[in-house]
Amino acid sequence: MSTTAASARSLGCAGCEVCGLVVRLPVPAGAAFCPRCGERLHSRLPASLERTWALTIAALLLYIPANLLPVMTTNTPLGAVSDTIMQGVVELWSPTSWPLAVVVFVASVTIPLGKLIALAYLLLTVQRGSVRSNGQRVRLYRLLKFIGRWSMLDVFVDTFVVALIQLQPLMWVEPGAGVLYFAAVVVVTMVAVNSFDPRLIWDLPQQEKHAHG
Amino acid sequence: MMASDSLPVAAQVPAASAAEETLLACPDCDLLQRLPPLPPHHAASCARCQAPLCRHKPDSLERTLALALAAAILLLIANVVPMLGLSVAGREAFTTVLGGVVEMWREGSQVVAMLVLFAAVIAPALEIVCLLLVVLAVRHPPAPHWVATLLHGYEFVREWSMIEIMLLGVLVALIKIAELATVIPGLALFVLGSLVFLLAAMAAAFDPRVAWQRIEWAAGRGPDGIAGGRG
Repeated sequence: MSTTAASARSLGCAGCEVCGLVVRLPVPAGAAFCPRCGERLHSRLPASLERTWALTIAALLLYIPANLLPVMTTNTPLGAVSDTIMQGVVELWSPTSWPLAVVVFVASVTIPLGKLIALAYLLLTVQRGSVRSNGQRVRLYRLLKFIGRWSMLDVFVDTFVVALIQLQPLMWVEPGAGVLYFAAVVVVTMVAVNSFDPRLIWDLPQQEKHAHG
Repeated sequence: MMASDSLPVAAQVPAASAAEETLLACPDCDLLQRLPPLPPHHAASCARCQAPLCRHKPDSLERTLALALAAAILLLIANVVPMLGLSVAGREAFTTVLGGVVEMWREGSQVVAMLVLFAAVIAPALEIVCLLLVVLAVRHPPAPHWVATLLHGYEFVREWSMIEIMLLGVLVALIKIAELATVIPGLALFVLGSLVFLLAAMAAAFDPRVAWQRIEWAAGRGPDGIAGGRG
């Protein structure tokens, strides 16, 4: 619509991340606060790339024990059986309940791993100053923000299986160490996506500095 | 409380005096754009990246208030009545959402128990209470500045409120258990099902822009301070 497609930063302004008010930033750059909501104003989130990288790598490391350690142990008088997330999916697979097995597989395996790969892709393209397919990259970011929470599904499944199957001494279920790591993966990746600033996708590192000083 | 010397500069809002048009910067791509007043039932998205910017929401405050009140009542019911029951070999066991948390805590997964408690009970409760207080407080503008803190809290807690995910999790747990025992769905299951839709409707009815316009500014000026003060 506007004839001069300019970012707020190139005009010395910033949109408040909390209330949306557009505010002119002080000219010798310093701490500025939104006059409406009082929050700290950022032209771009501080150290966005570094923080997102750190959280992405942390999540990747947590992802390993999350998948190798059992998420629950079923005890019966005959013995104990431990299940990892993947074994849980396989057990759920049956002629009637396979759609749920697919949902759990997507939420617990595909989404966390896909999120880590997508975050690494976004970070790398921003660091290389890529200007291609900006629209697709920002859509990918919005998708990550939207679907990330659904990975929490398996944590809830384990909680309620544990809560219900407490029929000592017939059969009882205990949570395994894997749940903690898995929950940590979900929380850390959600924080990672929040620390990524999508406005970086649209910044042209050299051009903007020269054009607008 | 904050660096007050930076405020006079920061408080200059370019072109905010053009009364009908709103100046906004896209949160996803930082494109600065002017937004004309939206006709009823229309939505605006960013000209460059198509991020949804805002939507005209009729009677936002009244509808949000009604939906938030209903959601508060349902959340209360959902947490006191049994959610799932199980009957095997003549024994019956019932659990509520909180019962799941307590059992997880007792079995040694305290951190996970706290996370489930937060995502399934505390965050939805805060989401509803914050919004309820905001909507009530902004009925008589200008609302005091603590409303801004609540509104910020609402935006934060919304991402961690996971009733819909918990409900799907309960459904999966139910199928898993159904192989071993007879499962009895409790009343809370249906209440939670309705709550998912109510919370979605509540968030959709609420227009944060309307609320922000009615909140006192941190810089000490009323909501119409800029429009009146700058030519």
